[in-house]
Amino acid sequence: MQRYILQKKNHIMLISAMLIALGFLGRFGIDSMLIFNAALITASILGIAPIAIQAYQALKVKVVSIDVLVTIAVTGAILIQNYEESAIVTFLFLFGAYLEQRTLNKTRSAIKELTELAPESAWKQMEDGEFEEVDVDDVDEDDILLVKTGARVPVDGTVLSGEGHLNEASITGESLPVSKIKGSEVFAGTILENGTIQIKADRVGEDTTFGRIIELVEEAQDSKSAAERFIDRFSKYYTPAVLVLGIIVWLFTNNLELAITVLVLGCPGALVIGVPVSNVSGIGNGARNGVLLKGSEVINDFSKVDTIVFDKTGTLTIGNPEVAESAFYGNNKAEVLGYLASVERESDHPLAKAVLQEIGAAHFSTVEETEVVKGGGIIAQIDGHRIAVGNVALMEKENIVLSEQVKKDVQRFEKNGSSLVLTAVDGTLQVLMGIRDQIRLGVKEDLQKLKKLGVKNLVVLSGDNQGTVDIVARELGLTEAHGHMLPEDKSAYIEKLQADGQIVAFVGDGVNDSPSLALADIGIAMGSGTDVAIETSDVVLMNSDFSRLPHALGLTKSTARNMRQNIIIAVGVVVILLTSLIFGDWMNMSIGMLVHEASILVVILNGMRLLRYHLGGSKTNETEKAVMNQTETNSAA
Amino acid sequence: MQKAMIQLEALSCPSCLQKIEKAVTGLEGIEKDSVKVMFNASKVKADFNADTIAIEQIEKAIEDLGYPIIKSKVKPA
Repeated sequence: MQRYILQKKNHIMLISAMLIALGFLGRFGIDSMLIFNAALITASILGIAPIAIQAYQALKVKVVSIDVLVTIAVTGAILIQNYEESAIVTFLFLFGAYLEQRTLNKTRSAIKELTELAPESAWKQMEDGEFEEVDVDDVDEDDILLVKTGARVPVDGTVLSGEGHLNEASITGESLPVSKIKGSEVFAGTILENGTIQIKADRVGEDTTFGRIIELVEEAQDSKSAAERFIDRFSKYYTPAVLVLGIIVWLFTNNLELAITVLVLGCPGALVIGVPVSNVSGIGNGARNGVLLKGSEVINDFSKVDTIVFDKTGTLTIGNPEVAESAFYGNNKAEVLGYLASVERESDHPLAKAVLQEIGAAHFSTVEETEVVKGGGIIAQIDGHRIAVGNVALMEKENIVLSEQVKKDVQRFEKNGSSLVLTAVDGTLQVLMGIRDQIRLGVKEDLQKLKKLGVKNLVVLSGDNQGTVDIVARELGLTEAHGHMLPEDKSAYIEKLQADGQIVAFVGDGVNDSPSLALADIGIAMGSGTDVAIETSDVVLMNSDFSRLPHALGLTKSTARNMRQNIIIAVGVVVILLTSLIFGDWMNMSIGMLVHEASILVVILNGMRLLRYHLGGSKTNETEKAVMNQTETNSAA
Repeated sequence: MQKAMIQLEALSCPSCLQKIEKAVTGLEGIEKDSVKVMFNASKVKADFNADTIAIEQIEKAIEDLGYPIIKSKVKPA
C-alpha cells in the first residue's frame, strides 16, 4: 500500500491539480463554498499521503526530513481550516519534486551516457568450440570471445585472430578509429567499426579500464569537498532546528498559522542540492570531453591554481624523438643510408629508432661484425667497409677528420637543441643528423590560453640538458625552465613553490613523475587511459591530449563559480523569505513553498549550464559532435 | 566480508541519503564505516558479514523506505 502510493505520486499530483482547479471554479464560477472546500480538502488529503509516508519512514530511522516539516505544516493548515493553503502547498511540493527529478536527470545525463556504453553481452566460445551469446557477467578471464562488426568489445583483452578498426572514444575521447591486429590490446567499451576479431579476455567487469573509469567518475561526482560536508552537517541540524523554531513561535505567539508558515519557509533544499548539482554537471562535461576530474575538492583547488609545472618529455613534447635536421657530405647518399639503416636496425637505442624512421625504406645489407662503444656509438663491418655511427667523441676516437663545414653544422645543430648522430664510412664523414623530440602540435596556443585563464607561472622541469630545455621554453613562451632535474629534484622544486604560498599543478606522464604528481596540489596525468596514473592523479587528460588542459582549467573555474552562485541563491532565498515573514504581511505558506521550490529549480538549471560549457575557440565543439554522433549510432543500434 | 553494490532508481532529494544511510548502518552485520550512499550515481555501497545478514535483508531495508532497487551485486571484499 505504502509503495503503491509512492509509485503513484505523479498521478496524485495531477489529480490534486485538477481538484484545486475544480475548487476555484466552484467558488468563483458558481459561488459554491461547498465544492471549494470539498475539492480542496480531498486534494490536501490525497497530496499529503505520499509526503506523510516519507516523513514516517524518515522518523523511523530518526531523521527529521523536509517531508516531516511539510506534513506537520499541512496538518496544521487543515486543523485551522485553511484548506486553500494546505492543498496548494502539498501540490507545489509534489510538483517541485517532480520537476527536480526531471531536471536532475538532465544534469546526470553526461555521466549516464558514459555508463550506458558499458557492454552487456558477449559471444563466448563454449566447450564445443561454438560461440554463444552470454551475459557479460558470465565472462571470465581467459575466455575466448568473438567480436563482430559494430559490436562493443565486452572486456579488456588481446586479439587472437582477425583484424579490424576500433573506435576507442569511450576510453580515450579520440574518435579516430585505431587499427588492431593479432596481439593488439583491445579495451572494453570500444566499438569494432569493421572486421571481426577473436579475443582472449584479460580483465573483466569492474577491473577493465572502462570499468575503472566509470567507477572513478561515479565516485568523483559524489565526492564531497569540505564546504559540502559542512553544509551536510549543517542541514542535519538545520531541519530539526526549524521544527523547534516553529514550536517556539507557536508557544509564544499562540499563532498556529505563523508557526506552520515558519516550517514551510525554513525548508532547506536549494542549499543542500545546489553544490552537488554543479559538481555532477561539471564532472559530466569533463568526462564527455576527455577530462577526468576527481571530485569537487579537485575542482576547487584547480580553479585557484597559480603555477603549472610541466614535465618535458612526453608532455610538452611528443616523447618520440625524430630527426629534425640532417646534412650529407658524400656523393653516394643511398648507399650510405643503406649502411646506416643496417647498423641502426641492430640497435634498440631511441636515437637509432628515430634514424630508422627517417630513412624509411632502404637497401639493407648484412652486418658482419659490430662493436658497441659505450657512450659513443657503434662500429660495424659491412661489405668490407668500416662503418662508424655515433657522436662526435666516437669520431674523434676513430681519428676522423671533421671539415670546417661539418664543425659549423655540428655547432648549429647543437644550438638548436638536437642530439647528434654522425656516420663515417671508411674514415670519411658522410652524414650528420640532428635528432629532437618534437613539440606537440598546438601546445603553444594551449599555453597561451592557460595564461589567459589566469595562470601566472608556467614552468618546465626536465632531465634533459639546460640548452634543450631553454630552447623549448623560449619557443613556447614559458616563464621558467630548469634542466638536469632528477625526479626527486622535481618534487623538491614543487615543495619550494608551495612553501612560497603558490597553488601548484603538476602535469606529467605519470610513470616516473609519481612523487611530483602526488605532492602537487593538483596532479594532472597525461594518461593514455591504460596507465596506473589514472588512479594516482587528481585530473586525467585522456589520450594524452594536451589540448584538453585549457578546457579542464576553464571548466573547473566555471564549476567553482557555479557552486558559489548556487550557495548564494540558496542562502539568499531563505534570508529573503524569513525577513519578509517578519517585516511584511504578504507572506504566506503557499508563496513560501512556491519561492522555495522555484529556488531549487533555479539552482538545478544554473548547474545544468555547465553541461554546455566550452572554452571559446577550443576544439570542444568538434569533440562534442563526435561524441554526439557516437551516441546517436549507439541509440540507433 | 562481502561487498555489496546496490543500484537504486534515481535519487532526487539529498535527505533521501540520510534516510538510506541511517537505515543501512542500523542493520546488524553491516560494516558501519563502509556504508556509502552516492547521490548522483544513485548507488549504495556497503561491506557486510554474510554470516549475519543476507543481501536480501539489506535490499528490503532500503525498499521499505520507498526506494526501488534496480539491481545489486555482491562480490568478496
